[in-house]
Amino acid sequence: MSDEVDKSRRHFLTAATAGMGAVGVVFTAVPFVTSWAPSERAKALGAPVEVDVSKLEAGAMMTVMWRGNPIYIVHRTREMLDQLATNDGNLRDPASEESDQPAYAKNEARARDPQYLVLIGTCTHLGCLPKSRFEPGTVDIDVPGGWPGGFFCPCHGSKFDMAGRVFKDVPAPLNLRVPPYRFKDAATLVIGLDEPAQKGVA
Amino acid sequence: MAGETYTQPAGGRWARIGAWIDARLPVSKFYKAQLLDYYAPKNFNIWYFFGSLALVVLVLQLATGIWLTMFYKPDGVIDGEGFSGAFRSVEYIMREVSGGWLIRYLHSTGASAFFLVVYLHMLRGLMYGSYKKPRELLWIVGVLVYFALMAEAFFGYVLPWGNMSYWGAQVIVNLFGAIPWIGPDLIDWIRGDYSIADATLNRFFALHVVAVPLILLALVVVHLWALRTVGSNNPDGIEIKEKKGSDGKPLDGIPFHPYYTVKDVFGVGIFGIVFASIVFFMPTLAGLFLELPNFEPANPLSTPEHIAPVWYFTPYYAILRAVPDKLSGALLMGLAVFAFAFLPWLDRSPVKSMRYRSKVWLYALTAFVIAFCGLGYLGMKPAQGTYVIMARILGAVYFLFFLAMPIYTRNERTRPLPERLTYHA
Amino acid sequence: MLRRAAILLLFTAAAMTASGADDPNQQCIGTLGVADVDVNNLASLQKGARNFVNYCLGCHSLGFMRWNRVAEDLHLSEEQLEQSLIFTGSKVHDYIKSPMPRGDATDWFGRAPPDLTLITRSKGPDYVFRYLKGFYRDDSPARPTGVNNLIFDGASMPAVLADLQGVQALVTHAIIDPKTGKTKQKVCDKIVLEQPGRMSPAEFDVFVHDTVNFLTYIGEPVRAERQSMGVVVVLFLAVFTVFAYLLKKEYWKDVH
Repeated sequence: MSDEVDKSRRHFLTAATAGMGAVGVVFTAVPFVTSWAPSERAKALGAPVEVDVSKLEAGAMMTVMWRGNPIYIVHRTREMLDQLATNDGNLRDPASEESDQPAYAKNEARARDPQYLVLIGTCTHLGCLPKSRFEPGTVDIDVPGGWPGGFFCPCHGSKFDMAGRVFKDVPAPLNLRVPPYRFKDAATLVIGLDEPAQKGVA
Repeated sequence: MAGETYTQPAGGRWARIGAWIDARLPVSKFYKAQLLDYYAPKNFNIWYFFGSLALVVLVLQLATGIWLTMFYKPDGVIDGEGFSGAFRSVEYIMREVSGGWLIRYLHSTGASAFFLVVYLHMLRGLMYGSYKKPRELLWIVGVLVYFALMAEAFFGYVLPWGNMSYWGAQVIVNLFGAIPWIGPDLIDWIRGDYSIADATLNRFFALHVVAVPLILLALVVVHLWALRTVGSNNPDGIEIKEKKGSDGKPLDGIPFHPYYTVKDVFGVGIFGIVFASIVFFMPTLAGLFLELPNFEPANPLSTPEHIAPVWYFTPYYAILRAVPDKLSGALLMGLAVFAFAFLPWLDRSPVKSMRYRSKVWLYALTAFVIAFCGLGYLGMKPAQGTYVIMARILGAVYFLFFLAMPIYTRNERTRPLPERLTYHA
Repeated sequence: MLRRAAILLLFTAAAMTASGADDPNQQCIGTLGVADVDVNNLASLQKGARNFVNYCLGCHSLGFMRWNRVAEDLHLSEEQLEQSLIFTGSKVHDYIKSPMPRGDATDWFGRAPPDLTLITRSKGPDYVFRYLKGFYRDDSPARPTGVNNLIFDGASMPAVLADLQGVQALVTHAIIDPKTGKTKQKVCDKIVLEQPGRMSPAEFDVFVHDTVNFLTYIGEPVRAERQSMGVVVVLFLAVFTVFAYLLKKEYWKDVH
């Protein structure tokens, strides 16, 4: 047997064995990697939350927990909705092009039904909880044209309007996020579900 | 290299990176010395796979063990439903963590595989005299590795906080109560409580996950270092370094790489098939690898019908129970483990391998292996009637193997040793 | 030779540990049959689930198992789950818990009914199968439930399946101690059906078989998946080992 034949057979066998070995290593890694994904318990604890909004007064806000985050639900008044358009010039992302919300919330009111605003109550800067400051004209919150009412984050001073849209010249880069939600009926919100029989979004 | 002026090495970018590293850390020197220039005897047979397999299983246990620690909770407090956080976390891993069941079974099967491999590895040492000069220290470090492994397995088995975990811990810790004067206080100190409890579980967790693995790793490194210092023994028991060629390399040796790297990969393949068959088709192995009573939660008010340790401890358990006195039983059990360490001095024969030793030695070794396996079987049975008598007989054989060795190996009629290794391609 | 002796002893040990203790009623217990588990039989598992919910869930939880996992594995939709199986107001992602309050249970039965998630793993499917079939009438004053069980003497559990199985009785003979003339032990010769239930013995066997099948699935839900994954893994490793062997042989041609 000449050396040429030996070498190519050796190369082939080494490549085949090493190749299969590499495939084996990758497959062995799979359970280790997937184990880090949210477990069934995490998914169960993060299951959709039903909220009864029938008692929520106009102009008031309630907070529920979903997936470890506070969810702000605001029953907006006619006045709050009417002044939304006037903020557009002062906002960083008035049409919510860059921000994170479901398709049905990519409108001025950022909601399925303008009457109810549903937001993830986590500042898009570094994660503090913005406070509700719905009273227009509040002196200590400085915005060109006067404070129209909205959310004010105490940590670094970010400001958001009554649709959760972020003002210019503040540290936060994006509008407050809108979680997936739907109306089970007129008085019940389900946070965490877009469609009726869905298991729950990722 | 000191004193020389630095010159740019020849070769492309990789060679330059390699040289940069080598000037600061002896990587290629190490690779060359340990793999390319380390010559091992060419006549290794099937018994020589188990060292590398032990290393593979060690890596497997470390990886799966670390991963299990991410999901396991060392909480031994038993709630109103009779379950503890630890027991619940194991079922959480089995059912709710993606792939968790596989990581768990790999770890439990790996524990048994580790002992099977190590026992066969030790048997190789007995057959070929690998404990004899100049490998006495290598052998003793190996005995320490074995002991560390037993401690690791014991602590690990307690962690699921099943009923066998609890009562197994109870029995073994109570052994220390046999020590005169300090016994009762000592076991409270070991347990951290007046009975096996949450405090015990938490410290066993720390020992199992951090302390003993570090000790094990250190001992394995020293074990390999000692091996590489004196070189490997072989089935003929003659030293290959005594017959060197003109190039200074042993005539009957071959470089470890590629010959033994390639052979060990094949060994891993065979082992993998057997191992995977167990993991995927019979992970409990009918109660041998995962004891069935451990699927019940720890219950301080209810002892399992038969308390038996996992199979790899049963030979020593049989010895313990065969002795009617608590303290002597415990001492003999300990002596049974450490007896191996004395082999280099108990065995008087200058000949290493059983291939060239007398029939007396062959019979003695066979009797020892049968006694070991027999004791293992008896350790799984209740300590009653004929089982106890058999355990005493086999226990006597076990100890006689060591105690009488200086006598029956002193003037052994050995066969003449070959000049060169016997090797058939 | 050493190797063979070792392997032989190891497997004998495995076989030995699997068998149970000697029971004086072994003759009758043997007639109860064995579980013959098949976790791939979906229809049987679904029936077993229904059996469990109707007859067992009132007292026994399957507290480590979630409803939605059962739905997924048994190919049931969430609607089917909610309509046919979940009667307790639990949500689909909740653990399967019995509504029975533990404190009351201990008062009523002397012992809280245990969680059954792992019963087939710790005791084995055959034990559970025979246990469910092994109730018989026992009028002795020590038995508040009026029944006893061949597999678990002194069981606190009443014969909840008597409606289906009927009422069994044991035909026994006494072993007399020759010295004292007193009865040492009663040994069972055979089991008779005193009163028939709604199911024939064959039908009841199927009922218990489906239930034990379901409980075996509950004990280790991943079992079927583990076995099918195992086939792929072992085959892959076999092919890998063939290549590794050829590689080894090729390189070792150098060694003489």
